[in-house]
Amino acid sequence: MNFDFSDEQKQLQDQARRFLADKCPPSVVRAVLEGGQTYDRDLWVELGELGFLGAAIPEEYGGVGLGHLELCVIAEELGRAIAPVPVSSSIYLAAEFLLAAGSEDQKRAWLPKLASGETIGTFAYGEGLGRVTEGSIKAAVAGGKLSGTKSPVPDGDIADLAVVAARESGKVSLYLVDLTGPGVTRETVESIDPTRGQSVLTFKDAPAELLGPAGEGWRLASEVMDRAAILLAFEQVGGSDRALEMGRDYALDRMAFGRPIGSFQAVKHMLADMYVSATLARSNAYYGAWALSTGSAELPVAAATARVSATQAFQHCSKNNIQVHGGMGFTWAFDCHLYYRRSNNLALTLGSQSTWEDLLIDRLRQRNDAPAAA
Amino acid sequence: MNFDDTPEEAAFRAVARAWIDANAPKELEAELKQGGFANNGLKSVDPIVVSKAWQKKKAEAGWACLHWPKEYGGRGATPIERVIWGQEEGVYGALSGLFIIGHGMCGPTVMAWADEETKQRLLPPLASGEHIWCQLFSEPAGGSDLAGLRTAAVPATDGSGDWIINGQKIWTSGAQHSDYGIVITRTDPTLPKHKGLTMFWLDMKTPGIDVRPIKQANGQSGFNEVYFTDVRIPDSQRLGAVGQGWSVSLTTLMNERLSIGSGMPTGFPELFDFCMNLRTEDGLAIDDRSVRSRLAGYAVKASGLKYTGMRAISALSKGETPGPENSIGKLVAGATMQELAMYALDLQGQAGLLSDTTQAAAGARFQQMLLRSPATRVEGGTDEILRNIIAERVLGLPGDIRVDKDVAFKDIPTSGRG
Repeated sequence: MNFDFSDEQKQLQDQARRFLADKCPPSVVRAVLEGGQTYDRDLWVELGELGFLGAAIPEEYGGVGLGHLELCVIAEELGRAIAPVPVSSSIYLAAEFLLAAGSEDQKRAWLPKLASGETIGTFAYGEGLGRVTEGSIKAAVAGGKLSGTKSPVPDGDIADLAVVAARESGKVSLYLVDLTGPGVTRETVESIDPTRGQSVLTFKDAPAELLGPAGEGWRLASEVMDRAAILLAFEQVGGSDRALEMGRDYALDRMAFGRPIGSFQAVKHMLADMYVSATLARSNAYYGAWALSTGSAELPVAAATARVSATQAFQHCSKNNIQVHGGMGFTWAFDCHLYYRRSNNLALTLGSQSTWEDLLIDRLRQRNDAPAAA
Repeated sequence: MNFDDTPEEAAFRAVARAWIDANAPKELEAELKQGGFANNGLKSVDPIVVSKAWQKKKAEAGWACLHWPKEYGGRGATPIERVIWGQEEGVYGALSGLFIIGHGMCGPTVMAWADEETKQRLLPPLASGEHIWCQLFSEPAGGSDLAGLRTAAVPATDGSGDWIINGQKIWTSGAQHSDYGIVITRTDPTLPKHKGLTMFWLDMKTPGIDVRPIKQANGQSGFNEVYFTDVRIPDSQRLGAVGQGWSVSLTTLMNERLSIGSGMPTGFPELFDFCMNLRTEDGLAIDDRSVRSRLAGYAVKASGLKYTGMRAISALSKGETPGPENSIGKLVAGATMQELAMYALDLQGQAGLLSDTTQAAAGARFQQMLLRSPATRVEGGTDEILRNIIAERVLGLPGDIRVDKDVAFKDIPTSGRG
């Protein structure tokens, strides 16, 4: 049994970690937070140039042609560094949509640009308050023109290309929309994590090109979101580990009552529980990575499992990291809130925790009902 | 990343599977599958008789105590082979419950500290299940603070070199069935508590040993109190030097933590199955959104433990020592099962309070979990001790300040109210 990443994959992870430690220290994240931008352009360009963005995109489409396990370890490092770049929107979603459902022409047109970072992609499906379901999608396409409003759309303000879920003849399909083209209005909206931009996209007769079979939009979205959930779980696992380390380091340094606060059981046990959450989430994320890389029939269960567990862990670790820091944890100057913000951003990106809990139970049930269930 | 066996592992698995197929007591399979959570649950046969029979059969074919050297009745197998055997043995592994302490803890301690003649005499019958062993460590005054133990061993006054033991042990699993035990005693109360301890092995039929099963909070009796009244044993039964007992006990406890891949149960599959079949006024319980949310929370814990175990097995497969992540198993499983049991009863409404196996839902298994699970959170290291271990050994946080560390044992206060 080898339920682990290979030595080469671990080397790649180490490279990514060193690169991000150098190019994406907390000061870079903070600059985005305070600077009125919604991403770090230089970091994005370098991630493209070094092949991190194109890791799982085949070489024939301008990628590096490694695989999804490689993308998982890169994702973990991006999460650890809470990198302020649109990798999830552009790579885990837009590129994966193209790979899953794009025509040859569509793949050739967009994947090389997504791999290099020249084009930023995103996925626009939700339309306001509440859980997104197939029935909640109102945006409509007629005669190749899209009209409707999508909100919130991660990275919608900086993206050039959007995969949009919309209805045509009553059925939900997916469309490629050039966000720099006519009929598109975008507005950046304030959010709990300004280091990952959110926007409202309004379409009025915007040209839209069908992606994948007509009427299959919700199924495709669901499949690609499963894949993205696993990659995002690695970001959450990386973030959990870093928040735990921050809390541990502070508990070792900070003195109170004549002792390091890390010698008090109340603090030790809080950190131990963070370690437990982070460990469970990591193991579940590995299960997701295995399913993703092998195309296992268990992928839907594994994705929901990885997602629910990783969301729990990152929220748990980031909130208790602030608690370990006490009052200092609530200052703007300390980095704790950057992780707290990101954990709560990721908990909602791709759908709420309760949505994924529901999916997990549905899928466990289907697996139990399947005659060939292992 | 895969779950596949290496060719060597696959070959080993095939041999193990074939032998188990041909030799396992298949007539017990159904009953073992229905087994309880604290024991093998056998009712139609004497569990001790069938456990010993299976162990003997395994020993004769070289499948007993896989991790022990051959000369002491083991197989000299690698850690990963031991895991594979456990997977293949499946439900029949429950028949080994009686021997876990002997094989996992007492045996390795004897192996590390006894002389060769003693090892040759004691270990093979332990491996083959002819003898059952217990570990006499915890005391009323020494649980989490094991080194606070008070059972005294003093040299006999007749110059024989024998030791006379007086005191009381508690929470001794399986003492009522045991032929032998290892016992940790205090031989010098004038030294600080960790320094005045000495370990011995003994025959449980030695005069002066009185085993009394404890009636547990759940009504069962798996643990015992063991009283020692002027128990005389020869110095040749000492394990390690006089005053070295703490180091010797660490050998035992380290072996306790090495048992990997066994997978602590959480009760999740049972609860999921229950919710799939429970009809409420609004339909099946599993269709209720609040139920689904709770189930999902338990599901990711059960899954997280399973795949944490897989990571540990992978490390073994590569010949590495598994990382510290394995220390979370009991901590997560115990608390999860307790919470889950309470939730299962809640789903049953007022009828959840029934524990009569003919009346209660699911054969009262959730009521049994409810009543047993407090013990899981205490035995073999309390939740709090496990969190300390994670905090100190994994995260590198400082140990607690120990006010009794350099004090003579006899001068340590024994009452919290002066």
